[in-house]
Amino acid sequence: MTMNIELIRLLAFLVGIIAFAALNAAYLVWVERKGAAHFQRRIGPKEVGPYGLLQPLADGVKLMTKQLLVPDGVDPLLFKVAPILLLVPAVMSFVTIPFGEHLAARNVDLGLLMIFAFASINVLGLLIGAWGSANKYAIIAAARVISQNIAYEIPMLLTAIALVMATGSMNLNEIVAQQGGGLWHWNLIRLTYAASPLTPIAFLIFFTTMLAETNRAPFDMAEAESELVAGAFTEYAGMGFGVFFMGEYANIVVGASLVTVLFLGGWQSPLPFLPGSVVWFLAKMYAIIFTVVWIRWTYPRTQFYALLNLSWKVLIPISLVNLVLTAGWLKVF
Amino acid sequence: MAYFTELFSGTKSLFVGLGITIREFVKPVVTVQYPRETIPMTPRYRGHIELVRDPESGGPKCIVCGMCQKACPSGCITVDGEKREGVKGKVLTLYRLDFTKCSLCGMCVESCKPGAIDFSKDYNLAGPSRAAYVFDLLKRLEEKR
Repeated sequence: MTMNIELIRLLAFLVGIIAFAALNAAYLVWVERKGAAHFQRRIGPKEVGPYGLLQPLADGVKLMTKQLLVPDGVDPLLFKVAPILLLVPAVMSFVTIPFGEHLAARNVDLGLLMIFAFASINVLGLLIGAWGSANKYAIIAAARVISQNIAYEIPMLLTAIALVMATGSMNLNEIVAQQGGGLWHWNLIRLTYAASPLTPIAFLIFFTTMLAETNRAPFDMAEAESELVAGAFTEYAGMGFGVFFMGEYANIVVGASLVTVLFLGGWQSPLPFLPGSVVWFLAKMYAIIFTVVWIRWTYPRTQFYALLNLSWKVLIPISLVNLVLTAGWLKVF
Repeated sequence: MAYFTELFSGTKSLFVGLGITIREFVKPVVTVQYPRETIPMTPRYRGHIELVRDPESGGPKCIVCGMCQKACPSGCITVDGEKREGVKGKVLTLYRLDFTKCSLCGMCVESCKPGAIDFSKDYNLAGPSRAAYVFDLLKRLEEKR
């Protein structure tokens, strides 16, 4: 009987997570378009449904009814498996994210490690898709994405390691639990106990690398539509493209959730007398996502060497200093 | 040291940029939903010409001198009038503007001594045939009443 309940619980979470990921992917497109419009003082989608709210539905139906075109000369297996390979890790990463105090599919001890492990796989999905579609734009995009992800995974992991040293746990639920009791307990500022004074900078680094890892502007080399047609997705049509797109947006949600959990206290409330709940988590997560959209419509795409220079000359040295400083801080205090 | 100053000023400039865009974000939108809403035309806008009404008689101010017809370099204006019993001067019976040839130069408006023609503010001009753009301005003036 207990076995069954566990099974049902997992099944419910599976359905819930996939629904959450798909819904977010659909409505993030809406947020993106509305955001873009208002940053340029336009209106954005408004025709389909009130405030254009049914637009994602219309887009989805359109994508689903289109022919699943497999061009000549592509690797048929790799071409088809790539979108799924991009989406699945993103959905898997949701498993360990604590949305609320008791709202996590699995409370994994090495949750942080698991998310990083899955985050690395989605690059493989892009590479396989680009290679499989045998298109020069796609292959250039894939080469860019690989070097970008290698360059940015290092500072991301370095800041994460510094954070793990300060919290002493890789369990996301525990990291959030430690940040309870108000705004000033969050890892972002952490005035109460030992953490390197560089933590706000670590937050900035982590946020930057998160943008790069999710291939968001100004680091959107994977798509770079003005230079590479549609980058890795050039040969994809219909729902193949749709799944890629969903994977991209699911990755953004995972990234934003990770920032929320690690630096902004997850589901903890900003004021000590208010109870923590899933509402806080979602509010923080969507604020981060809004910032991501905000950044996209503020900065132009960087050049590729500038992107690598930023990582190797700025982010990695500073995150190393942060790591050493955190170690020293923990030893002294 | 230059490394750090550059780093600092660079980071600062990023936040300045974000500040600018968020200010634009909260400002009201400037899009005009054109067919559904229109904005009033500026006073200097030069649409096709139209006849000006005489406030006393209610009819056109035109005295049928034919100066506009002569002034028009494209020959798109045709004016005709007749003598009527008990009325001083001529009475306008026809004022036709072939807008397909008009270049909106304004020579006609300039040449008109009594100020009987003026630029209209019409800009919603689209039609299926050329014939739709040979305007009978006298009829238009009467319809506008």
